Amino acid sequence: MADLTSKEFDLSVTTLRDVNQYLHRQMAADGVTAVTILNPDGAHSLACGMNAPAEIEIQGHVGYYVAGMNKHANVTVNGNAGPGAAENMMSGLVRVRGFASTSAAASARGGCMVIEGDAALRCGISLKGADIVVGGDVGSFSGFMAQAGRMVICGDAGDALGDSLYEAVIYVRGKVKSLGADAQYEEMTDADRASVAQLLGIAGFKHHPSEFRRIASARKLYHWNADANQEY
Amino acid sequence: MCGIVGLLLKNPQLRPRLGELMVPMMIGMTERGPDSAGLAVFTQPVGGSLYKLSLYAGENDVDWNAFLAALTAAMPGSHELRRAANHSVLTTSAPPEKVEAWIETHATDLTVLSIGKSIDLYKDIGAPAEVARRYEFAALQGTHLVGHTRMATESAVTPAHAHPFTAGHDFCLVHNGSLSNPNLVRRKLEPLGIEFETDNDTEAACRYFEWRLREGDDLPTAVRRGFEELDGFYTFLMGTDSELALVRDAFACKPAIVAETDDYVAVASEFRSLAHLPGVRNAKLFEPRPQEVYSWRI
Amino acid sequence: MPTDSTPSPEGSQHFSREESFTIDRRAIDYVQRAAATGLYEIRGLGAKRPVPHFDDLVFLGASLSRYPLEGYREKCSTRTVLGTRFATKPVELAIPITIAGMSFGALSANVKEALGRAATDMGTSTITGDGGMTREERNSSRTLIYQCLPSRYGFDPDDVRSADAIEIVIGQGAKPGGGGMLLGQKVNPRVAAMRTLPEGVDQRSACRHPDWTGPDDLAIKIRELREVTDWEKPIYVKVGATRVFNDVKLAVHSGADVVVVDGMQGGTAATQTCFIEHVGIPTLAALRQAVDALEDLNMRGQVQLIVSGGIRTGADVAKAMAMGADAVSIGQGVLVALGCNSETYLQGDRQVSAVADYHRLGTAPGFCHHCHTGKCPVGVTTQDAVLEQRLQPAIGARRVRNYLKTLTMELTTLARACGKQDVHHLEREDLVALSVEAAAMARVPLAGTSWIPGHGAT
Repeated sequence: MADLTSKEFDLSVTTLRDVNQYLHRQMAADGVTAVTILNPDGAHSLACGMNAPAEIEIQGHVGYYVAGMNKHANVTVNGNAGPGAAENMMSGLVRVRGFASTSAAASARGGCMVIEGDAALRCGISLKGADIVVGGDVGSFSGFMAQAGRMVICGDAGDALGDSLYEAVIYVRGKVKSLGADAQYEEMTDADRASVAQLLGIAGFKHHPSEFRRIASARKLYHWNADANQEY
Repeated sequence: MCGIVGLLLKNPQLRPRLGELMVPMMIGMTERGPDSAGLAVFTQPVGGSLYKLSLYAGENDVDWNAFLAALTAAMPGSHELRRAANHSVLTTSAPPEKVEAWIETHATDLTVLSIGKSIDLYKDIGAPAEVARRYEFAALQGTHLVGHTRMATESAVTPAHAHPFTAGHDFCLVHNGSLSNPNLVRRKLEPLGIEFETDNDTEAACRYFEWRLREGDDLPTAVRRGFEELDGFYTFLMGTDSELALVRDAFACKPAIVAETDDYVAVASEFRSLAHLPGVRNAKLFEPRPQEVYSWRI
Repeated sequence: MPTDSTPSPEGSQHFSREESFTIDRRAIDYVQRAAATGLYEIRGLGAKRPVPHFDDLVFLGASLSRYPLEGYREKCSTRTVLGTRFATKPVELAIPITIAGMSFGALSANVKEALGRAATDMGTSTITGDGGMTREERNSSRTLIYQCLPSRYGFDPDDVRSADAIEIVIGQGAKPGGGGMLLGQKVNPRVAAMRTLPEGVDQRSACRHPDWTGPDDLAIKIRELREVTDWEKPIYVKVGATRVFNDVKLAVHSGADVVVVDGMQGGTAATQTCFIEHVGIPTLAALRQAVDALEDLNMRGQVQLIVSGGIRTGADVAKAMAMGADAVSIGQGVLVALGCNSETYLQGDRQVSAVADYHRLGTAPGFCHHCHTGKCPVGVTTQDAVLEQRLQPAIGARRVRNYLKTLTMELTTLARACGKQDVHHLEREDLVALSVEAAAMARVPLAGTSWIPGHGAT
């Protein structure tokens, strides 16, 4: 008996446009809650604009903007993701099992993004409230102008981590090549350790919260100030 | 801006299929670069005193036989032409710079695109699939190649502005990105005797490396010096007769991805250009880090 | 002989009043301000310096060889459709005059509602601006364009889905290459919440988009927005006027349905003065380059062009359209219609003087550019709960509607005088220039001659 709540698409025979339109307009009406997508072969904007709960499994590597603006759905990429993965996501969970390219979870406002491998530069740029957990390293300028939300980095970070940080908080386990403007180390509190534990739990990474350091904004760039030698 | 592709075949048995493997890579980059396409392929080097020059006629109606006859009469040595559409590869035993100078004065309908013992260079306006058909890219054989599809930015859409750009012998460069100080670079190099053909920012980078290689830097050293002197966002892919080299600037805003197996190394701006390659599912896939020079030798 | 040592005015002493051209009063004021503050000046509005503009062009109206249409009786259509290239639901407007993107944050919620109501009344569109979409604006504006900016403040896929079109902003005329700016005094609780910022901070927006750079990646970003909206909605691409010829070509290559070009006279609520005055080219020059680019690609009619930056009058609109724009967008003019730089504001049916409030800001009506302070004396560019009451939506809507109506009447008057049954039939051959600079920038002949500087015979 066929499982009527799940559906499979093969991008080598069905167009991206048709797949996305199905996910947006037909899936919920059909009562389908699990979708598998085969042969993504680097396609862009796959499963972007999701607006209903569903388990989306993508078998292979994707291009830019996978699960862009995701709402409610759980999207898993069994492969690598190109730039802007889960950009501006609002809720739900996006998991990349391989590595994620630049600008992962850019401007993401809610939900959680898990990257099991490394993330390239600008991970969490302009973050606006979502959580990001990276199992590997992150590239330079990660957390750039991050306004709200939490980032947990299990590996190392590149240059300028948390440059121009607002109220987002970054937890790092490995080495940090350099901190960005206005970012500073702060003491981990019990609340921080609880956050890290919760996020590691969602990601399924087995590290101990006590191995992480907290990075937050020194708040010296919040107001223009002639005497502060601000660079802008 | 653009799409870049590169392919180096480690496995000699694949070398007859170099073009066949590359064409889908290039076509995958059409949306990034719909205006023009170009390719430098490195073949078995010609021997002895022979050199190859890639010649381009553009829209000009060239009588290739007459050209060959005139060259043969003017310049002692052997000269052979292999033609495809508005392009020919001239194999000559005469000193290549002399042949180039003769062409510049006596065959003004032609442009010399490259000089070397291995390199053949093709570039033209048109969609990548069209350009590939025009020059029969699918039939190309060789050890490695560097290719490019272009969406024109600050300089005109003319064949001269298409990539790859070349310098000296057996050296070429393709570029995805935009340099912000190309004119300063040009004005620094021209007094040193480096000649420019276009106002294209990529040519500025190519000539900059030409200068550094001339001054004795190896390619990685030249590239590292470029981090200080070339401003802007870039991914550069370069080819010499024996290697492919890839580098991204510190901001790494322009994309690049590499797939490596025992048989090949493939480079592209987007994974979808690599997805069809044999064995790519088990390939080592990675994105080059900023300000690191990656190179592979044949 | 006079022994009095007091010098006589007409006699021995000359009172020198030789002003420097280079170190004039403006330069003196600039240096003194810098010496006092140690910080660049930030202000609102657009470039104030004189540059060649539409006033330097005039129409060749009907004559013995060209016949006019009767005003009032013979029709002159103003209907305008934008976004026909790829979208299944293009934007349809009754007039080719739209309201430019100005953020909630820069403007009050009352103003956003007033603009929406006026636009709906006139059958045209508004744009959200760098602060996200408010309920007031979506509910009041029949056609609402949603901006996607480098900051992504408040960017929400639900708003993407509810918008009538999306405008990807690369830059704006006041500051091509710069990001948005909102000083702390305007980051009140509501604005802060929408932008995910702490209250009261000086907001500094990014100048580049976080997830793409360059036209090749813009092409992919545009596709993403199309996928999210199932290819229904037009995608506009807006640039500040710098390398317009190249930028418009690249925007077309990247897949834009509509290109928006904002010249240096374009306004802002807060930017460094040096940016406003010294970066970007005049709207007139930009417009010509944009049209050239579309013609070069043979895309006139397929990709529409909207131009903005100092459009003030019906004559400006008509000239912009004759030059080749499909529509114009107005920001500052609309704010002036609402009361910007007015001596008074309306309370009920009473005119109340605001002059004292201007003076408190260190300025006066007609000279004010203090949008950045949040203390707009007429309640337009403010978040202050008291000040914003000085602009009531219904009154504001009426005034903006009147202004747009006047512009439309002037536009059709001029078009009819040139013999056009449709304002989109205006062409650049209907224009001549009154100055050499305008002739060169617009590439229309100097009046009374056939000379276009750089292009041809006298």
